[in-house]
Amino acid sequence: MAQLYCVDLSVGYDGNAILKNISFGVNKGDYLAVVGENGSGKSTLMKTVLGLVKPISGEVCVGDGLRKNEIGYLPQQTVVQKDFPASVWEVVISGCIANMGLKPFYGKEEKALAAENIKKMGLEGLEKRSYRELSGGQQQRVLLARALCSTKKVLLLDEPVSGLDPKVTAEMYELIYNLNKGGTTIIMISHDISAALKYASHILHIGKEVFFGTKEAYLKSENIKNFNALGVEQ
Amino acid sequence: MSEFFQTMAYYFNFEFVRNALIVAVLISLCSSLLGVTLVLKRFSFIGDGLSHVAFGTMSVAAVVGLTNNMLLVLPVTVVCAILLLRTGQNTKIKGDAAVAMISVGALAIGYLLMNLFPTSSNVSSDVCSTLFGSTSILTLTGFDVWLCISLSVVVLAVFFIFYNKIFSVTFDENFARATGLKTNVYNLVIAVITALVIVLAMNLVGSLLISALVIFPALSAMRVYNNFKAVTICSAIYSVICSVVGILIAIYFGTPVGSTIVAVNIVVFFVFWLIGILTRRKAR
Repeated sequence: MAQLYCVDLSVGYDGNAILKNISFGVNKGDYLAVVGENGSGKSTLMKTVLGLVKPISGEVCVGDGLRKNEIGYLPQQTVVQKDFPASVWEVVISGCIANMGLKPFYGKEEKALAAENIKKMGLEGLEKRSYRELSGGQQQRVLLARALCSTKKVLLLDEPVSGLDPKVTAEMYELIYNLNKGGTTIIMISHDISAALKYASHILHIGKEVFFGTKEAYLKSENIKNFNALGVEQ
Repeated sequence: MSEFFQTMAYYFNFEFVRNALIVAVLISLCSSLLGVTLVLKRFSFIGDGLSHVAFGTMSVAAVVGLTNNMLLVLPVTVVCAILLLRTGQNTKIKGDAAVAMISVGALAIGYLLMNLFPTSSNVSSDVCSTLFGSTSILTLTGFDVWLCISLSVVVLAVFFIFYNKIFSVTFDENFARATGLKTNVYNLVIAVITALVIVLAMNLVGSLLISALVIFPALSAMRVYNNFKAVTICSAIYSVICSVVGILIAIYFGTPVGSTIVAVNIVVFFVFWLIGILTRRKAR
């Protein structure tokens, strides 16, 4: 059974649909790459999946024991965060907050979870450093550790490598790939088609023509040719 | 120096001086705690905006002839605060523009109404005292002081209990919401206590001072400290010290209280700014 699926979903703002009739689903352990040109509605689609934007029609459903708030999220950086005075520790542990209900302060459990994820993301020793002073790659790993504090089931990554240099980009992709091998379902928005083809198991291509299926099927489809025509490397 | 202490001892015999000091300390404490969140959420000017709304509503209340204008001012300001802060990251008119619009609009309407339907002979001095709080902090009643104390207790308690949630909503609202935190509730809480603090503070110390008390402590603390907890604690201490020093100077030299406190804040801001530059250089 699918963990997360959308049937005939139309998304957009104020009743204007950017994307119409999208259907896709992910099973436990899948790695879905959402690709498409800038402005094709990738981010809006993801915000709809997360419940930040209401769908115009259709529905986002969860199954396989997944709850709506068990989708971890790696957002694109906001302007506010660029000069936000917060330590790595404060940012990472804030991922626990949604699972604490009315409890006002972090307990042993949350602290252990935060420490574990900091270790997993290779951020040990940086706990007290300020988030705003870190490099782009380190910042992304901090946000990834925070997302892991909120859930281990499904992670939704919005352009996780934007603004990173090639070496750090490759490290980031490996990190995500390892999480996926550890059983976390990954949904990644990217316009880096080559990385998507390298790591993902499924592809959702949005744009004029929508494709959803396995990577193997995508490679044989027409959509990839459109991408090639645009000069994107395979 | 002993002359200074003698003068102070003399002035502290007066209840109104003690009241002014208590109220200034409490208001600085509350507004600096909220200030950290507001500045980071890019709502630095909300203090100004909301106090202008309160000013506009006060003139409406005066024209209508309400004896207790708080009954009208408080709800209207709270509603405005909610409208401004609720929508957060996902608005069409961005936060700063919305605040500016409401601020200028309310100020204009208020002044217009006061001129069209004057309730006292000296309109411009009324306006001046509401906006700059020229003497109001020295004419506090016992009721004002108790109101201020109880409100401060509420604000401090709310801030303490929701501290981690406020951090989460401030740092990344979309993430908090996506992972299931009821961000609307927390934004509402922030908006309501912001409005409460600003309306009360505006009556007590004037709108000029309240904007400064929201902005300066937070900005100064951010020059020096790098984590949220330290910034919050530092800005609270900073704000209280600046207000006390400001009041003492104002009493001793007979300068206007509100603007003296703001001037002290400005001076200390530059000190913190320099410390920030120096410590960062050392770190590199």
